[in-house]
Amino acid sequence: MATAIESNPSSSQQDYLWTLNFGPQHPATHTTLRIVLKLDGERVVDAVPDIGYLHSGFEKLGEYLDYNQYVTITDRMNYISPVANNVAWHGAVEKLLGIEITPRCKYIRVIVAELARISDHLLSCGAMGLDTGAFTFFLYAFYQREKLYDIFETMSGQRFHPSYTRVGGLMYDFTPIVIEKIREFLKNFPNTMDDLEKLLNRNRIFVDRTKGVGVLSKEDATNFSAAGPVARASGVPRDLRKDEPYLAYKDFDFQVCCATAGDCFARYYVRMAEIRESLKIVKQALDNLPAGPVNVGVDERTTLPTKQQVYNSIEGTITHFELVMLNRGFTVPTEETYAATEAPNGELGFYIAGDGSDVAYRARSRPPSFIHFGIFPHLIRGHTLSDVVAVLGSLNIIAAELDR
Amino acid sequence: MTTPATLEALKSQFGELATSEFRGDTRLVLSAAQLPDVMGWLKNNRRFDLLVDVTCVDYLNFRDATDRYGLVYLLANTITAERITVRVYVNDPNPTVPSMTMYWQGANWLERECYDMFGVEFAGHPDHRRILMPEEFTAFPLRKDYPMQGRGERHNFPVLERSDA
Repeated sequence: MATAIESNPSSSQQDYLWTLNFGPQHPATHTTLRIVLKLDGERVVDAVPDIGYLHSGFEKLGEYLDYNQYVTITDRMNYISPVANNVAWHGAVEKLLGIEITPRCKYIRVIVAELARISDHLLSCGAMGLDTGAFTFFLYAFYQREKLYDIFETMSGQRFHPSYTRVGGLMYDFTPIVIEKIREFLKNFPNTMDDLEKLLNRNRIFVDRTKGVGVLSKEDATNFSAAGPVARASGVPRDLRKDEPYLAYKDFDFQVCCATAGDCFARYYVRMAEIRESLKIVKQALDNLPAGPVNVGVDERTTLPTKQQVYNSIEGTITHFELVMLNRGFTVPTEETYAATEAPNGELGFYIAGDGSDVAYRARSRPPSFIHFGIFPHLIRGHTLSDVVAVLGSLNIIAAELDR
Repeated sequence: MTTPATLEALKSQFGELATSEFRGDTRLVLSAAQLPDVMGWLKNNRRFDLLVDVTCVDYLNFRDATDRYGLVYLLANTITAERITVRVYVNDPNPTVPSMTMYWQGANWLERECYDMFGVEFAGHPDHRRILMPEEFTAFPLRKDYPMQGRGERHNFPVLERSDA
């Protein structure tokens, strides 16, 4: 990768510049990614990202695992908010298959996706605080993430990789204990939010380290394909939950959070504001949670029946048999489609090509981390070495999603 | 969702272009030669200012497919939330399309990934290198003729000893 820098004649002639290898094993990259920095003293002249250390062929695996099995792989893309990836994947599959899910399922998917957003933003802001010296903030944020993991564990049986969605429904319906735990979280978490905001929003050290650092203008944000909090912090008021209301988002009252500065602080601030909006959505969804089944009917042969249905009814047995047998499975059109959701990190979409079998012919994910990391050299040029961690933290690069 | 106004304007500007629709997605099929003009026009006149994604599908084993590689450009308008999908089909032995980095800087990494995984060349790309796979890698792993389980490339990779690192 160093050859790319040396081939640039203007920088190779300046022999007082030196090269610093940042990563792939560095505590501030948090995950495995590498940046070759060209430094003039402490100032970054150029940065060449070198990625692929975690490339594990997720898109190739998508061509061998069926529409239900692949959800376990989506968990491992952005593992900070795995349920949001589950919702995105099965949203795209259901669009391809033409399945309309039940109202209750839509609401539950909204709730879990918003909880995942809170979890992701807490990590992103917390790690950014940690890298810029605010350790207390990080601990407060992580304590609340534990509460969220408890909720995920109660609802799906798995803390870290819930794999919660299924084609046409969910693995399990919400139990009363899950709802109780979410309500408890809704009650206690705003206090922590107040503490968190008091800790950093007007903290001199944090503000000095992040304000005016890594400025992304509105035009550049769109031109570099940025989406989500990164684009909204630069003043692009684009939020798929409002623009293309998928699931049940049109039922809820919430605001799209934007800033105009486009610097690291704006990205932090937008994320913190979005946590508040997510709490509002979760509360509304929980209060108006529709009754009724969570999966589409067993006769439609699109969703896996519950164990009770399999053992006690002939339709359940047949559906189960049809869906798990290799040469039967789903009825898939020979078509291609793209469906996107507003994941915590930005637009997370899946481009799926179906070929009639129950395995996708091509399962492409549009990874927000990959696109945001492409902006990194543009953001860091002219800043100091210590700003690298602030900018990286504010972009929230998750290497598992970056490399897939 | 693409509005009829966009399709109408496209027709009057470039004549009849092949379009299709599936579940609300409008797809526009272009030739590699038409691509720079139409994409530039879509960006400047219809304000498709966001290049959402660039990807590729290898149609080697696809039923009734006539072309080998189908590139996918997903465009969006950040004001009206209008979307359009642009498809370009290219074939071996020399799959090449013009690079879109002249219109969208975001195309840089997306096209590099496409090249890395499928071997489709992007003419005029400023930084035409592999991105995820190591530079010594010779194959294109997402092509359908590349097996799922190891072809044993590992022995081709140079081993760095501590003494010559």
